[in-house]
Amino acid sequence: MSTLSSAVTAPFDVEKLREDFPVLKQTIHGKPLVYLDSAATAQKPHAVIDAIRRFHEVDCANIHRGVHELSQRSTAAYEEARIKAKRFLNSRYTDELIFVRGTTEAVNLVSSSWGRKNVKSGDEIIVSAMEHHSNIVPWQMLCEETGAALRVIPMNEHGELLMEEYAKLLNPRTRMVAVTHVSNALGTINPVAEIIRMAHAAGALALIDGAQAAPHIKVDVQALDADFYAFSGHKVVGPTGIGILYGKLALLNSMPPYQGGGDMIKSVTFEKTIYNDLPYKFEAGTPNIAGGIGLGAALDYVMRVGVDQIAAHEHALLVYGTEALSQIPGLRLIGTAREKASVLSFVIEGLHPHDIGTVLDQMGIAVRTGHHCAQPVMDFFKVAATTRASLAFYNTFAEIDALATGIRKTKEVLT
Amino acid sequence: MLDDLYNEMVKDHGSHPRNKRPMPDATCQAPGFNRTCGDSLVLYLKVENDIIKDASFVGEGCQIFTASASLMTDRLKGKTTAEALAIFESFHELLTSDVPVAAEFGKLAALGGVRKFPVRVKCATLAWHTMKNALAEGAAEPASTE
Repeated sequence: MSTLSSAVTAPFDVEKLREDFPVLKQTIHGKPLVYLDSAATAQKPHAVIDAIRRFHEVDCANIHRGVHELSQRSTAAYEEARIKAKRFLNSRYTDELIFVRGTTEAVNLVSSSWGRKNVKSGDEIIVSAMEHHSNIVPWQMLCEETGAALRVIPMNEHGELLMEEYAKLLNPRTRMVAVTHVSNALGTINPVAEIIRMAHAAGALALIDGAQAAPHIKVDVQALDADFYAFSGHKVVGPTGIGILYGKLALLNSMPPYQGGGDMIKSVTFEKTIYNDLPYKFEAGTPNIAGGIGLGAALDYVMRVGVDQIAAHEHALLVYGTEALSQIPGLRLIGTAREKASVLSFVIEGLHPHDIGTVLDQMGIAVRTGHHCAQPVMDFFKVAATTRASLAFYNTFAEIDALATGIRKTKEVLT
Repeated sequence: MLDDLYNEMVKDHGSHPRNKRPMPDATCQAPGFNRTCGDSLVLYLKVENDIIKDASFVGEGCQIFTASASLMTDRLKGKTTAEALAIFESFHELLTSDVPVAAEFGKLAALGGVRKFPVRVKCATLAWHTMKNALAEGAAEPASTE
């Protein structure tokens, strides 16, 4: 496992780590690739690519109930990934971890299964002003269906939630508080432990969207006392199409199934079906087995590198990048919270993000432009779109320099 | 390649668009909106006896979109509606195929560099699709090229 051994070197050796990511070793339009779009999806290390290939080349079989060797191997590898997720999130029980397609499906699972059973007309659901569409729309759909009302925690011009306003929104009708841990558009790290504590004090549950947090900061669902916590594999250097929903055991046990089908049942007759136990009750049909195994390899990799080490390196990059970009005339950072992770979102006076994105791409610099699936955030800051550079632990200070130089050149090209 | 896209003509019309004004006496108008990037406009036309007497727009967006709306409104003035649609046809071909950039394109040829940037074709054609809607009248939704 040479790819993993390189990950345990200390101090943090980013050049060595970069060797693990084959995508990074290429030129784009003749320039070395500077990948600053990890908030959209992170690149994959050999360890993940190899685990997926190994599954397909050596162990491929459907999981559960198979008595033959390959099925036993694939079942073991898939379930091993669940145990890795348990370690990653520090949940108490393995059964509290449900494989889903990603954070979006996790939120939909909770809003459908828990929501339909527990939310009635007159109830209230709280989200925040900086949510990704995936943590807004499922709740809106639930509200529309049940007659519940959606309430929104406002934020200030730095992109920080107004906690005193949140306190005012909480009341005995509040059923659920669904908030992002780290904002994908702004980088804000929300005080989710406090948000959860206040929700519980009001008798409500809390779901945390961890899509943008999981790869960047330490997550401990027990310490947070989160009722539900969701993240996507592909943002934690794993494959797309796989993610994890954590839910407290008693809650998951009390919830009806999300989808019906194979694997989620104990027995089926035309008169009566008995549902399976956790976690399988929520995993109908043949799952993304290769994805689950890839996710397990990704979580292993990230834990070997060390989430604290990752957070420290990325924080240093963020501070460096904030300083570098702030010196560019006409550039305005969108999202300047005191607690921030991994995101440098900005606008430049007189220049449109799509033009900036095209010019940077010609320099080999990959950034994302647009509304980042957070249109309410764009509306709040009165911009149609931003340019977003997002960081991962495999990024370097030299890449930040390249970005700053690139932006200055972009201004020359476009004006 | 970047110089082909952001040439002097595109930058000029992109930063200082012509005909960017509302038109109170327009005979037809239509909205256009690309949701994911936010390019948006309202296009105004004054058509008399099938001749486009005046063309203008209001809106915001990237340089490619703005330059295209500016150059288009310049070009449409004095054309019949059929000619306008024919120009759109050939302009679309200019952006999406290898047709040589002929003299007939005039200033519109400045947008020919877009063909090397396929993801930006939607920016360059939004105003044109909106123009088509304005002439057709009665489109239920804003024009979109996404």
